[in-house]
Amino acid sequence: MASADAALSIADVIATERDALGKQGHTSEGSIAVGVTPSTPKNPADARVTRMLSRDPDAFAVITGREEDWRFTPLARLHGLHDGTAAPTGVLEVTVTGAPVETIGPDHPLVGSALTPVDKAAALALRDFKEGQLVTLDGELAEPVVLSFRGTGQVSYGHVVVDAKPFAKAVVVLEHTGQALHSGNVEVLVGDGADVTLVSLQEWDDSSVHLSAQAAVVGRDARFTSVVVSLGGDLVRLNPTVTYAGPGGSAEFLGLAFADAGQHLEHRLFVDHEARNCRSRVTYKTAVQGEGAHTVWIGDVLIRAAAEGTDTYELNRNLLLTPDARADSVPNLEIETGEIAGAGHASATGRFDDEQLFYLQSRGITADEARRIVVLGFFTEILQQIGVPSLEERLITAIENELGTAAQVPA
Amino acid sequence: MAVLEIRDLHVSVEDKQILAGVNLTIRAGETHAIMGPNGSGKSTLAYSVAGHPKYTITSGTVTLDGEDVLAMSVDERARAGLFLAMQYPVEVPGVTVSNFLRSAATAVRGEAPKLRLWVKEQKQAMTALEMDPAFASRNVNEGFSGGEKKRHEILQLELLKPKIAILDETDSGLDVDALRVVSEGVNRVHATGETGTLLITHYTRILKYIVPDFVHVFVAGRIVEEGGKELADELEANGYAKYLAADAADAADAAGAAPDAAGAAGAALSRPLPV
Ligand SMILES: Nc1ncnc2c1ncn2[C@@H]1O[C@H](COP(=O)(O)OP(=O)(O)OP(=O)(O)O)[C@@H](O)[C@H]1O
Ligand SMILES: [Mg+2]
Repeated sequence: MASADAALSIADVIATERDALGKQGHTSEGSIAVGVTPSTPKNPADARVTRMLSRDPDAFAVITGREEDWRFTPLARLHGLHDGTAAPTGVLEVTVTGAPVETIGPDHPLVGSALTPVDKAAALALRDFKEGQLVTLDGELAEPVVLSFRGTGQVSYGHVVVDAKPFAKAVVVLEHTGQALHSGNVEVLVGDGADVTLVSLQEWDDSSVHLSAQAAVVGRDARFTSVVVSLGGDLVRLNPTVTYAGPGGSAEFLGLAFADAGQHLEHRLFVDHEARNCRSRVTYKTAVQGEGAHTVWIGDVLIRAAAEGTDTYELNRNLLLTPDARADSVPNLEIETGEIAGAGHASATGRFDDEQLFYLQSRGITADEARRIVVLGFFTEILQQIGVPSLEERLITAIENELGTAAQVPA
Repeated sequence: MAVLEIRDLHVSVEDKQILAGVNLTIRAGETHAIMGPNGSGKSTLAYSVAGHPKYTITSGTVTLDGEDVLAMSVDERARAGLFLAMQYPVEVPGVTVSNFLRSAATAVRGEAPKLRLWVKEQKQAMTALEMDPAFASRNVNEGFSGGEKKRHEILQLELLKPKIAILDETDSGLDVDALRVVSEGVNRVHATGETGTLLITHYTRILKYIVPDFVHVFVAGRIVEEGGKELADELEANGYAKYLAADAADAADAAGAAPDAAGAAGAALSRPLPV
């Protein structure tokens, strides 16, 4: 149990900022729980410590939508991907460039080595996928490894394992296009001293559904960067998570989503600090535009009792381009040790900045073009942090295409 | 020859009247300076002409070469040849200076400048303003110092070559060298003879570099006195006290109160006087 003194010193290092600008900002009250233990969670619904994990789908109760984890997700639009009633009818087409890839099944020894499902949907995909891909990374790769997945109308389960050997350095890109109801998990093993960037790019057709738990285990003094770009699909729900296998690891989560009318794009992150002296940074930005456009960002960070010297910060910014769109943001921080280097989160949901619009317009740029430039800039800020110029350009082009096809914002 | 005509302009912000009948004519090749106390409405005039949505025009007209400026959107005004260098330039995260400048030049000129020529043009303009080339790849105004923001405004002035340029306190916050560099930029644009300039300022020091043809004293939402550049020196020496007192007396008259000196002085003193 943390003493009152320890709690006080922790409170000193936590910098929390919450500025819900604008009335449509649905920034839920996040939480910082200090000194929670498994037997006395401050808020049982949110406490990560007590979460059940299993590879067996039958160990989980049927998802009803009332669970904390599922309360934002419109279950009907999953078409049974979450409860096993959507039987797989095929697999996504896959094209691989940059490295040899091995096809694997659920019985491969690396499957389940980074991910133990936290819900029935992930457990079903893990048990029943037919064709998965194993990417083995060794040494330093100059070019990104690209796995391009394309849906052609099927219900599919998939699985990707990225196994980065110690001191490997590489960028792996997972592209998703076409039409599919797809549930596929991703596991990333980042060996000691390795440096892996995993990009998950969602450019699905409008009616696609995509569920994916993306679990990484970061080795001693290793670096992991997760870049998530969600632009297309009717419903996308990703669960990026990280645990640390040894001290000195660093994980960076960069994410952006642009939801048009009717789109639901949900990102639930979980950073589990158990090793000492590890670092995590989460930066997610979303923009929503049009009736029924909805983004959800959940950022759970758990600093376990053993995780002394942890340094973590989460940031979520949401831009409401029209009043009929919605963005939910819930940061949660559970801290079980007093000996941390830093911990905090910030979340803000706001309207379009009229002063930026005026500034650009006063230079002759039309209102529509000015909005496009500002939204692109809002996202570019994140892409500028990736540090791989060719990748930045490629992702900026993807966003430009999306903004070009999005219905114009009414003035 | 371009001419901007402002006639009897009344403007309010959130139902509070700020401009109370401004009359001003600016022709290409002329330089006008407006001086006036804090809060008198100088920026309001600048923003109203540029079309900022916060300001409501309650009466009056603004025309550029006879065209109704008030009927135009903000971007139409800029493309018609109006330019406002802002007192507080806005940060635009994630948008680089070079992308921003090229978008603006494309909009104002009606076609995208050829990339190779544009790179050269931008570089030359930056060199003339003694700006580090690194600014081109930084995000617009993000982390810029006050003086750097003002240089960036004048950089845009030089690249966009407007018919009428309104410079709202471009000189505030500039060190002596920056003041000279920025003034030289304004003078280069002036030297073409194609641009009329309205310079809003609190200080005569910029008027040593940029010589105004006309100086206007702006008090309580309108121009209360006009003169040549000697008027600026007089203002620097004596401040705005006599204009404020006269304005208070006018207000008292308008309210039907006894126009006695004591009342006017009392009203005048209830306003913060410039120091
Ligand atoms: N939203 C608002 N509500 C009420 N009054 C406002 C609002 N915005 C501006 N004003 C007032 O309008 C007046 C004119 O402001 P303006 O910025 O035009 O003055 P200025 O002459 O440019 O002053 P300065 O020399 O300090 O730059 C001020 O008294 C200001 O407080
Ligand atoms: Mg002002």
